[in-house]
Amino acid sequence: MIFASWLGKLDWSYFWHGWVQFGGQIATVGGALTILAALIYFKKLGWLYRNWLTSLDAKKIGVMYIVVSVVMLLRGFGDAIMMRLQQILGSGGGHGFLSGDHFQQVFTAHGTIMIFFVAMGLMFGIINLILPLQLGARDVAFPLLNSIAFYLYLAGVILVNLSLVFGEFGAVGWLAYPPLSELAYSPGPGVDYWLWSIQIAGIGSTLSGINFLVTILKKRCKGMTLMKMPIFSWSILATMILLLLVFPILTATLFMLSLDRSMGMHFFTADMGGNAMMYINLIWAWGHPEVYVLVLPAFGMYSEIVATFSRKRLFGYTSMVWALMAICVLSFFVWAHHFFTMGAGGNVNAFFGIMTMVIAIPTGVKVFNWLFTMYQGRVHFDTPMWWFMAFATTFLIGGGTGVMLAVPAIDFQVHNSLFLVAHFHNTIIGGVVFGYLAGIAYWLPKIFGFKLHERLGKAAVYCWVTGFFTAFMPIYLLGFMGATRRMEQFDPALQYQGLFIISGIGTAIIGLGVLLQVVQLGYSIWKRKELAAGHDPWHGRTLEWSVPSPAPEYNFARLPVVTERDAFWVAKHGGPALYSGPFKDIEVPKESGVGLVVGLAAAVFGFGVIWQLWWLLPIALAVIIGTLIKQTYVEETERIIPAKELKA
Amino acid sequence: MSRQKYESPTTNAVGLGFWVYLMTDLMLFATLFATYGVLRGNIAGGPAGHDIFSLKLVFAETIILLVSSLTAGLALLSAHAGRKTRMLQLLVITGVLGALFLGLEINEFRVLLADGHSWQNSAFLSSYFTLVGTHGLHIFAGLIWLIATVWYALKRPLSPRFMQRLTMFSLFWHFLDLVWVCIFSIVYLMGVLA
Repeated sequence: MIFASWLGKLDWSYFWHGWVQFGGQIATVGGALTILAALIYFKKLGWLYRNWLTSLDAKKIGVMYIVVSVVMLLRGFGDAIMMRLQQILGSGGGHGFLSGDHFQQVFTAHGTIMIFFVAMGLMFGIINLILPLQLGARDVAFPLLNSIAFYLYLAGVILVNLSLVFGEFGAVGWLAYPPLSELAYSPGPGVDYWLWSIQIAGIGSTLSGINFLVTILKKRCKGMTLMKMPIFSWSILATMILLLLVFPILTATLFMLSLDRSMGMHFFTADMGGNAMMYINLIWAWGHPEVYVLVLPAFGMYSEIVATFSRKRLFGYTSMVWALMAICVLSFFVWAHHFFTMGAGGNVNAFFGIMTMVIAIPTGVKVFNWLFTMYQGRVHFDTPMWWFMAFATTFLIGGGTGVMLAVPAIDFQVHNSLFLVAHFHNTIIGGVVFGYLAGIAYWLPKIFGFKLHERLGKAAVYCWVTGFFTAFMPIYLLGFMGATRRMEQFDPALQYQGLFIISGIGTAIIGLGVLLQVVQLGYSIWKRKELAAGHDPWHGRTLEWSVPSPAPEYNFARLPVVTERDAFWVAKHGGPALYSGPFKDIEVPKESGVGLVVGLAAAVFGFGVIWQLWWLLPIALAVIIGTLIKQTYVEETERIIPAKELKA
Repeated sequence: MSRQKYESPTTNAVGLGFWVYLMTDLMLFATLFATYGVLRGNIAGGPAGHDIFSLKLVFAETIILLVSSLTAGLALLSAHAGRKTRMLQLLVITGVLGALFLGLEINEFRVLLADGHSWQNSAFLSSYFTLVGTHGLHIFAGLIWLIATVWYALKRPLSPRFMQRLTMFSLFWHFLDLVWVCIFSIVYLMGVLA
């Protein structure tokens, strides 16, 4: 019965939904074909394959992560523009241009893409670029695993975009609460696209977590004890501990929801003893620590940036480490604040409310440490520092509204309102996005050898900050006025339209900021000779600034020896030399197509489950397992860069 | 490097990475255990644990898996002693015992399905099949790994690379044993007691 059809649930009717969707289909397919055609026309396909797709150099993998994330950022931002436009039209008495079902798919896709495929992608991208350099290591602990993890992330990206072309996406919100997300209420393939795109990408994240944790614990250069490690590396250590503890929960939870949908099980269904609240507990036991997985690396980046541009040692290094670890632990005890209205009772809500307020303390410690680092420093206001100052003010407001929401009595009033939407955008844009953009502006010179154009960058910061406040302050107000989230229509008598229009204008200003950044990147590439960075463009403090820009494949011609925190700064100011002794041959990992094969097979596997093409699953699994077993027979996984070349 | 002392296959980078992987797998099982714990009473008018579990069968499964863990450990010791033939023999015994365990479990599932106790019948049965089945899938993956390991070792010397992999396989197999002990206690023993 289960093999009734070789084509599973595939059906031509899934190709046509309407003209708005058709635009998305054309954009996706057209974009992919244009890139492919350009690669073939300029005969770059082989170059791409040899130099990038099969590369195991962490920096190249990092660049690929960032490129894919930025493409997904543009898509997620497109979704945001559609929502703003729809709510402007839908609050003034019109129907707008999106149907209810389509609007639901758009906000589901927006949240899913922004968290899993933009924020996570940018995070892994920047970690890949900088972490080994900061630790004085030549590479990550497991280069091939790194490549496999990237391609699993890419498989998720492929599935999400495929849903735009063929079929539909979930219409259930970014965390797909059951019973709505169960087969009985969402019979189409949309929820399955959601499930399997993030399932596969999530497994990739776990593999990356193992890789970076071991990299930090095992690959640090000589003399770099944990307490001499740069704070960015510390923040990644905390992040990876969190990630490794919570991503398996996500994997298991998605697995169970998938079993409900594909095998007729009853974990979270509304009948046969299923318990939907179990899902909501589990998904937030992952989901709340996930917020810190995203923001702790940003905190690490701010710590590096503030110290560098204040020309001062980071204030309170030890307290920073303790704050990171405290957040790491406390973030496990706050998950129920996402559903105070569940009815768990006053004592449970009081506990989670108080814990939520407690976690603001280590975060506050960090903010004060940054401010005291600036105090009496010689502060240089380059673009990354502007991002920091934009963050410090914006995040403060986001944190403040967070503490408001932590009070169960207030939460009962604004639960699931646009106030909540404004709050988490306030923290995620102000904290995570500004941080990652700061990190990119700060570290890109190390990877490509040129700085980004300064004035265009500052103009972009201006647009992002004013755009953000124009877009989201009205959303706070609407929430207070009682506007519920995830609505595509409002009664015009409520008079919400004016605030929605202001919010739309804010979104347009953010759009201008994004455009300026695209222009900035293009202009900087064009003028790269004038903007050439040199090895230490910011007067940096940590090891990555001691090597040439762009950093060589092997990172360090000779491995550094470290005696102090801020080792490069100390060395520049008369401390002991970082590099001494003779040059030796260096082993670097050989190119490998294993990750590409495994990732594509995983995408095929996901496609098979989504459309119930069961015969496809053993084939895809056999390809993955066969490829991995075959890899165990490869003896030569490294090639040698001889010492003679290094001295030249 | 200052830490250039000898690092064993369980404490070097690869070994540490594998330990960390095992911990993530443990979190996955913990989630399934928690779900089972919450849903085990939700029998929706169907059978409860004490209606369908047979302790005799589960006891046999447990003994088989524990012995296979012992032979896996002995295989690793033989490899350290350089006795390759003995190691291969012990690995084959481990594999046979693992396959036997899996066969018994599949048969148990088959009987339950034949009696009309499918995973579609209640939340309790869903969580039971998923928890025990996920362990079974791990055993299956371990068997594939074992076959690949034996095949690799047939014509090759016991290189450090091979010893690393054998150590990790052994860890994995003991880990599954540990998870099984939890399944035995929490699912079967507590199920029959209730």
